[in-house]
Amino acid sequence: MAYVAIADRDHELEHHDPTTFITKYIWSQDHKVIAIQYSITALFVGFVALVLSGMMRLQLGFPDSFSFITPVSYYQFITMHGMIMVIFLLTALFLGGFGNYLIPLMIGSRDMVFPYMNMVSFWVYLVSVIVLLSSFFVPGGPTGAGWTLYPPQAILPGTPGTDWGIILMLVSLALFIVAFTMGGLNYVTTILQARTRGMTMMRLPLSLWGIFMATILGLLAFPALFVSAVMMTLDKAIGTSFFMPAVISMGEQLDHAGGSPILFQHLFWFFGHPEVYIVALPGFGLVSDLLSTHARKSIFGYRMMVWAILAIGGLSFVVWAHHMYVSGMNPYFGFFFATTTLIIAVPTAIKVYNWVLTLWQGDIHLTVPMLFAIGFIFTFTHGGLTGIFLGNVVVDLPLSDTYFVVAHFHMVMGVSPIMVVFGAIYHWYPKITGRMFNETLGKWHFWLTFFGTYAIYLPMHYLGFLGVPRRYFSMGDTEFMPESAFVLNQSITISALFVGVVQLLFLYNIIVSLKKGKEAGPNPWKATTLEWQTPDTPPKHGNWGHELPVVYRWAYDYSVPGYHDDFIPQNVPPNPDIPAHDDGTHHS
Amino acid sequence: MSEAVLTDTGDVLPGGARGIVADFSADKQAFQVPWGKAMMWFFLLSDTFIFGTFLTAYMTVRMSVRDAWPVPSEVFALSFGGEPIPLILIAIMTFVLISSSGTMAMAVNMGYRGERNKAFWLMMATAAFGAMFVGMQAFEWTKLIEEGVRPWSNPMGVAQFGATFFMITGFHGLHVSVGVIYLIVVGRRVKSGFYDRTRGNYEMVEITGLYWHFVDLVWVFIFAFFYLW
Ligand code: HEM
Ligand SMILES: [Cu+2]
Repeated sequence: MAYVAIADRDHELEHHDPTTFITKYIWSQDHKVIAIQYSITALFVGFVALVLSGMMRLQLGFPDSFSFITPVSYYQFITMHGMIMVIFLLTALFLGGFGNYLIPLMIGSRDMVFPYMNMVSFWVYLVSVIVLLSSFFVPGGPTGAGWTLYPPQAILPGTPGTDWGIILMLVSLALFIVAFTMGGLNYVTTILQARTRGMTMMRLPLSLWGIFMATILGLLAFPALFVSAVMMTLDKAIGTSFFMPAVISMGEQLDHAGGSPILFQHLFWFFGHPEVYIVALPGFGLVSDLLSTHARKSIFGYRMMVWAILAIGGLSFVVWAHHMYVSGMNPYFGFFFATTTLIIAVPTAIKVYNWVLTLWQGDIHLTVPMLFAIGFIFTFTHGGLTGIFLGNVVVDLPLSDTYFVVAHFHMVMGVSPIMVVFGAIYHWYPKITGRMFNETLGKWHFWLTFFGTYAIYLPMHYLGFLGVPRRYFSMGDTEFMPESAFVLNQSITISALFVGVVQLLFLYNIIVSLKKGKEAGPNPWKATTLEWQTPDTPPKHGNWGHELPVVYRWAYDYSVPGYHDDFIPQNVPPNPDIPAHDDGTHHS
Repeated sequence: MSEAVLTDTGDVLPGGARGIVADFSADKQAFQVPWGKAMMWFFLLSDTFIFGTFLTAYMTVRMSVRDAWPVPSEVFALSFGGEPIPLILIAIMTFVLISSSGTMAMAVNMGYRGERNKAFWLMMATAAFGAMFVGMQAFEWTKLIEEGVRPWSNPMGVAQFGATFFMITGFHGLHVSVGVIYLIVVGRRVKSGFYDRTRGNYEMVEITGLYWHFVDLVWVFIFAFFYLW
């Protein structure tokens, strides 16, 4: 019953083998090409968002020295920066990029279950990015409503970009959701239904558990954003009043009446909080595999890790209103949401302990991916701890909308996932391109980025305690701000620009190594998971040559005593020379 | 039923209750269904959240507006010979849509029996019922618009009535229209023997049916929330 044969689609694929440049690299249905298309697009918009953050920092560090940054453009930069980073960079890169590349390779299949739909997913994503960026060129510019797009201000005159910007933003989000749904359905179905022989769910590498759960969260959370985008578009375009109360704007009574702005906040955060985990869970998964591989040790508590991912995913749907403590709600609700928020810290803490225990007494190789993975443990723990502060209503009230919040979310969902992104790109680069990157440059990239981000975000906690408000173009002569705050702001800006420039090292490295890097061989890290066991590097169309691999063991057989190597790939059959390893999934 | 099963990778599968768990986490497939069907399930789950959010938003809006909500049995009445009959059109629309679920189920059955022609005609009947439903919805919209109901205002009460009504029934009507097209495309392939040539079975009819039944089910909720509340 559990072993229904899936027709191996080998012959069918031979049939479709793309031949021309266009079918191979442009209109490609190969999950690996689609992954690269997704990643390059995401990294490109990510760079746009990085440049925007640099401009904001210029204004904050050296107020009014740059004439091209006005209050209006500041709000537009902040909005586009936030939205691009969260949705169009991180979500797209983790799921569209890493999800696409790793899922079929790690489960031993030839492609996603519906490659055509997978391809369309990328093209719709590209259109959503183009729509988003086009808002820089329309009259009035992009929206300046903040990435949370709260009504009523998001669509009222006085907020930047209410001519076209807000509409383009909402349309772009709706398109993104359509694209994500097409990809996401593929990821979930492929993981559940197309695994190769022997690859049980409990033998999946944690990377895939993270991507799997994040995709499910996306499929269930994006609908709330989709619906609120539709409703807000109607409010703006044809004058309905879903979110719009009776408002007097600029001395005029508007035609709206009776709508509820708080409803939007609930819908937005019903999406928004799971969204945090949509970018965190793939990071958790990928980092687990990096740590285990480069510490040559099995992951500590595999089953616990899987259950923690599932628990976090489930709980993430019942914590959303911790973003709304200052919006006004029944005190019992505040109590409820504070409690669930603190409960979610438990499985999260379990994961952190398990990462540290994986390192414990491991044979740690401080390779570039490993450095980024360890960096992640630091930044994530740091951001997670400040989250516990903000999860409590009474602590949050004074800190809400200050730089403490900016510091918190940048540590936990900005820097930490980015650490994983870099670590993972370095880790899989040899498989994707067949060449090694430059190790020295990579190490410089890590250390400068790691310390640089601390130089940016540590002082922000202090600014937050001083009461410096978030989303302010300039402080002016605010009484409560000591001189030191201004100096700090300058130092933060310099660090931020520095960190921005350092990313060129990364770009240079991955581009130049494409040609100059030395041949990587099939498995440079001596990793156990299936993607390193492909017959060709980089893997060819169809991934596995003529026969699909068969899996006999879990993904973490590192340093098994008595074996001649310190790793046993998942597709090595049990035989008398190999000590049997009981991964706990198959008792008789 | 608790004998252990030896698999082709040499693992021992447990029996009994642990066997169920093992089955779900077994290799290859978690659910013993075709890929397309599994994917349709996941899509419908996601779509459930879309409609769920729409309806939750509707309920919130309806409970928080301060002026009176128009009375459904008056707004949605049709007059025959001067006598207004409440909800008559909706009753017919609902009946049509439910009947279409019946013909759809029969089409699935015929598909699996390999009776291509019958399956085709039943699918066309389903599509026709669907088109009829959309037609009647267009009629209802026209009537309301003639009476002055707009998304931003209406003469019977609060503006949110028109806004939620047009938005949610419109979104559902869009689903029905897509379903009709979907039925026609798949139906034509059934008739031409396309599935005999490609995969040799008619699971596609069932997958289309899943979507169709879902759209019907959603209508039941919309019906209850808009017309009976
Ligand atoms: C060197 C890297 C980065 C720098 C220098 C930076 C800087 C900033 C600045 C100055 C603000 C505006 C703060 C304010 O005025 O209240 C901001 C907001 C924000 N950033 Fe970043 N950021 C960086 C990376 C990221 C990343 C990787 C993410 C991904 C999650 C991110 C997400 C956000 C979000 C969501 C906002 C809030 C936008 C809003 O208030 O509407 N940032 N960032
Ligand atoms: Cu949250």
